[in-house]
Amino acid sequence: MRIDKDLVAASATPLVLGILAEGDLHGYAILKRVAELSGGRMQWSDGMLYPLLHRLERQGFVAAAWGTSEAGRRRKHYALTPAGRDALAERQEQWSVVADALKQVWQHARDSAERVAQGPAGLARPAEGWA
Amino acid sequence: MRPEVEEQIARWREYVHRRRAVSTADVDELEDHLRAQVADLGAAGLDDDEAFLVAIKRMGDLDAVSREFAVEHSERMWKQLVVPADDAAGGTAWRELAVVLALAVGAGAALRVGLALLPGDALLRNAALLVLPFVVAYFAWKRRLTARAVAALAVPYAALAVVVNVYPFEPGAAGSPGATAVLAALHAPVVLWLLVGLAYVGGRWRSDGRRMDFVRFTGELAIYWTLLAIGGGVLLGLTVGVLGLVGVDFEPVLGDWVLPLAVPGALVVAAWLVEAKQDVVENIAPVLTKVFTPLTIVMLLSLLGVLLTAGDLVDVDRELLILMDAILVLVLCLLLYAISARDPLTPPGLFDALQLVLVVAALAVDAVMLTAMLTRIAEFGFSPNKVAALGLNLLLLVHLVRAAWLTVGFLRRRRPFGALERWQTHYLPVYAAWAAVVVVVFPPLFAFA
Repeated sequence: MRIDKDLVAASATPLVLGILAEGDLHGYAILKRVAELSGGRMQWSDGMLYPLLHRLERQGFVAAAWGTSEAGRRRKHYALTPAGRDALAERQEQWSVVADALKQVWQHARDSAERVAQGPAGLARPAEGWA
Repeated sequence: MRPEVEEQIARWREYVHRRRAVSTADVDELEDHLRAQVADLGAAGLDDDEAFLVAIKRMGDLDAVSREFAVEHSERMWKQLVVPADDAAGGTAWRELAVVLALAVGAGAALRVGLALLPGDALLRNAALLVLPFVVAYFAWKRRLTARAVAALAVPYAALAVVVNVYPFEPGAAGSPGATAVLAALHAPVVLWLLVGLAYVGGRWRSDGRRMDFVRFTGELAIYWTLLAIGGGVLLGLTVGVLGLVGVDFEPVLGDWVLPLAVPGALVVAAWLVEAKQDVVENIAPVLTKVFTPLTIVMLLSLLGVLLTAGDLVDVDRELLILMDAILVLVLCLLLYAISARDPLTPPGLFDALQLVLVVAALAVDAVMLTAMLTRIAEFGFSPNKVAALGLNLLLLVHLVRAAWLTVGFLRRRRPFGALERWQTHYLPVYAAWAAVVVVVFPPLFAFA
């Protein structure tokens, strides 16, 4: 199953903020974590992560610092700032409202589907009466 | 990794780097990502070539990625923003030059006609009204403004022109123009500059980024205009000298024709140069602000010392207050220009601390000025000049206090630099509104004195 592009885009910011809340990471590790969390079903163009991280940096939600990787290359690490923590909490609230609404509507849909499934049997009887 | 793959990575790097929206640091970051991906895929059993291809594929469409970088880092793209994509053809460049030269001649001619027809003090109030429409016209043409947008600019312009020319300004003592007339002449250009800004941003006046571009444009226009003035001054000085030696008096021609035509014309040409030759000044701007910020701090601190030891502030000369206002406005311009020239992603450094010192020094000077002004008002009562100066100082005070507060937040890494930028761009229209009040409301309020 592939996740719809708009949905991936909408969830990207809270996902990245949430992953950084677990600890400081560099870009590649963030994407690995996304793949891990979604069982590889959320696919981004890897390159798109970086403009997103830079936007979060400009908004003050993450702070970046250059370090070195195990292989001795220059590597940029990202960390959540207090403002980023606040933004994450806010996003979490928004998403739980959305998730809650969706859950209810799925439940409704399932209930009425069940009712419809039982329905023909109930309707069948008067039909039989006509026969 | 095999040398062939190293070579491929180097070639990829060069290919990415060709995009102006992606800086060297970004390419480093992307390359680190690519190498980590290749190493992981290699560990999973792919050979280097395959791993490289898969990693490249996962990186995504580079055009789309660099477009995202461009959206995020619009300041890097500010070169391209001003040059429309279809401008590559040589014909367009020549057409633009023709339009610019025609507008420059028009601006000069308008001022020359004003000089011939208007009395001295009316000319003073109308100079900006005569010249700036040509700068607006250039941007209206360049940004392809709609007729509605042009009309929306024309209405406030016409209102300003009517106010400045219909108000029955009283002459002051000894035939010089009265205080409200001088104030109107000083503040009308500020209101008009807002109209230039609206034309410059091409209707996207809500965008913080475009407003910052306009600040940048204003600073660079000042630099180009000064350069043109210096160059022109040298040429004219030599001409006057040579003609003087052979017995021809060039000065009447200079005052009546050359300067009235050249100064407004140079403004239009400078506006075009900022648009066309972005790269040149872009590199000078950070250097200039770094040179002048410390110098300005020294100037402000020594002025502060002199003011504080000068004794009774009631006796401070009126001229001094006006001059100090001019200095504070200049400091503000320097601050704005420095902020517009800074890369918002660079972490706070020594220069940002220096900028805070500049703002605090300006605040101290402003506080002294406000005290002096209030004591003068208590002593001599209100006058148009004092109220105008008081209003400007209060606006500056609010601007500087908030800027200092946000700079402290940025230095302590509590706030992003963007917050400081946004404060500037949000606050700027307030100055234009105040200038409009001074032009429109002050004269009737003070009986056109």
